[in-house]
Amino acid sequence: MPNRYSAWSLLRGALAGHRNWQGAWREATPKPRYDVIVVGGGGHGLATAYYLAKNHRVTNVAVLERGWIGGGNTGRNTTIVRSNYLYPESARLYDFSLKLYEGLSRDLNYNIMLSQRALVMLAHSRHDLDSMARWANAMRMNGIDADLLSLEEVRSRVPGLDTSSGARIPVLGGFTQRRAGTARHDAVAWGYARAASALGVDIIQNCEVRGFLKEGGRVCGVQTSLGDIRAERVGIAAAGHSSVLAELAGLRLPVTSYALQALVSEPLKPLLDTVVLSPGTGGYLSQSDKGELVIGAMLDLFPSYAQRGSFAVTQQILASILALFPAYARLKMLRQWAGIVDVVHDSSPIIGRTPVPGLFINCGWGTGGFKGIPVGGYTLAHVLATGEDHPLAEPFQLERFISGRLIDEAAASGIAH
Amino acid sequence: MMQIPCIYCGPRDESEFVCGGTAHLTRPPLESDDRQWAEYLFFRENPKGAHLERWRHAYGCGQWFNLERDTVTHEIRAVYPITQAAPR
Ligand SMILES: Cc1cc2nc3c(=O)[nH]c(=O)nc-3n(C[C@H](O)[C@H](O)[C@H](O)COP(=O)(O)OP(=O)(O)OC[C@H]3O[C@@H](n4cnc5c(N)ncnc54)[C@H](O)[C@@H]3O)c2cc1C
Ligand SMILES: [Zn+2]
Repeated sequence: MPNRYSAWSLLRGALAGHRNWQGAWREATPKPRYDVIVVGGGGHGLATAYYLAKNHRVTNVAVLERGWIGGGNTGRNTTIVRSNYLYPESARLYDFSLKLYEGLSRDLNYNIMLSQRALVMLAHSRHDLDSMARWANAMRMNGIDADLLSLEEVRSRVPGLDTSSGARIPVLGGFTQRRAGTARHDAVAWGYARAASALGVDIIQNCEVRGFLKEGGRVCGVQTSLGDIRAERVGIAAAGHSSVLAELAGLRLPVTSYALQALVSEPLKPLLDTVVLSPGTGGYLSQSDKGELVIGAMLDLFPSYAQRGSFAVTQQILASILALFPAYARLKMLRQWAGIVDVVHDSSPIIGRTPVPGLFINCGWGTGGFKGIPVGGYTLAHVLATGEDHPLAEPFQLERFISGRLIDEAAASGIAH
Repeated sequence: MMQIPCIYCGPRDESEFVCGGTAHLTRPPLESDDRQWAEYLFFRENPKGAHLERWRHAYGCGQWFNLERDTVTHEIRAVYPITQAAPR
C-alpha cells in the first residue's frame, strides 16, 4: 500500500509540519467499462469494493457515489457495533462482522477507533428481565458473549442513571455484551476507500446513477450524471434509496424508507464509558471521544426521504433520556439530524441476487447496518465475484419474502438501531 | 412538527396520529400463489415523492382517513375518506 501509516510516518509528517500528506484515495474519473460497478459509496459499498479486490482479486471495480463517500447513513449513524441477535443465522452474520471489526484497523492500516466499551441494555419491567434472560441464553447458545446484570451492577456501570425507588422509569436490571462498543464512522468509510483505492478500485464521487443499461433483460451497466458506464455486474448498496434504484431497474423491494434521527450534546468531561440502551423508551446514548453525548432515537414512524427527522420524536426522545438521567437536564444539544433507513418486515438484511440478471443488492439493514458493514461488503463481494451466495448470506435472500422464511429479528432485538 | 388535517377534527399535531402505511392495497384472492401474497404483504413502491397513505387520529377521534403526502417535503396534497378511491 502506498504511504503506509505508522508511528514512523506520523513522526516524519510531524517533522515536515504536516504539509506532505497525500490524499487517502486516488481521484478517479470513470472508465468506459468495469468488471463490477458498486452503486453507493457508503460503508457497505466501499467494503464491497475492498473485499472484491482483496479476497477475489477483482480490481477493475468502480464505486459510484452521488454525493461524497460516507455522506449517507454511514456518516449519520450513532456508531454502535454489537452482535446480540437472537436467531442463529443473525448471530453468525453479525458476529462475523464484529470479528472483522476487531481486526479492521490492522487490516486496513487505518485507525477505525474501535472501542469495545460494552453495551448495557436496561430492563424496565419484569417482562424485560424475562425476555433478556431468554435473549442472553440464546446468545450464549450461539457462542456469543452475554451476561445478565443485577440492579447493583447496572448502577455501578452507568453513573447518573436514576435507579431510585421514585424513578419515573424504573430500572430493574439489565444485560450486557462486553465485546460491543463503538467505532469511528468516517474512519470506516475512509479506511475502506483508501484500502480499496490502493488495490486499484476507482472511487467516483458526485456521480449519480440515473438508470440501468440492459441487454436482453440483463443489466450491463449504468447511466449516470457523468455518462454511461458499462459493467459485467452491478451491485446496489444504497440503503434508504434502494427502492428508488430498484425502480430504475424495473424491480420492487420489500422495503420502506423511514427517517431515523440522532442528536449530539455539547462536550462534557468523561462521564459515561459504555453504551446504554433503553429499549422500553426507544432511546440510547454513549459519549464520544470528544466528550459529546451521542443520543439516538426510535424511527419517525411514517415513510420519509427527508433527512431531517420530526420534532415530535426529538422531543419524545429527549424526554425519556432526561427521565433516565435527570442530571442532564441543563445540557444543551448542538446538532440534530436524520438518515433515511431501509426497513424490511423482519429487520434482517437482504444480500444477494435480484430477479434482474446481472444486478445484485445489499439492503434492508434498516436502523442497524453500521455494525454490518464488514460482513455486508464481504458477502456481497463474494456473490458478485463468484456468482454463488456466501454461506453466511444464504438465509438473507430476497426470496425469503416469497417463501415466508423470514428471520424476524424485529421483535428479537427490540431496539431501533 | 407536521400538522395533519384530520377530516373529522381539522389540523392537529403529528404526535396525535399513527401512520398506517400505504393505502389502497387490495387483498388478493385466497387461491393466490406465494408471489402474489408476498407482493401484497411485503413489496412496496416506497416512492420518493407523492405517497397515498392511511392515517389514524389515534389520540383524537380514533378515525382512519387517507392522505396524499410528499415523502420528501411532507407537504399534504389531499385528504379523503378511507372508503374513497385514489385521487389520481
Ligand atoms: C441516526 C442513525 C443512527 C444509526 N445508528 C446505528 C448504530 O448505532 N449502529 C448500527 O449498526 N447502525 C446504525 N444505523 C444504521 C446504519 O447507519 C446504516 O444501516 C448503514 O450505515 C448503511 O450503510 P450503507 O453503506 O448501506 O448506506 P449509506 O451509508 O447510506 O450509503 C448509501 C450511499 O448511496 C448513495 N446513493 C443513493 N442513491 C444513489 C444513486 N442514485 N447514485 C449513486 N449513489 C447513490 C448515497 O448518497 C449514500 O452515500 C443508524 C442510522 C441512522 C440514520
Ligand atoms: Zn380526528
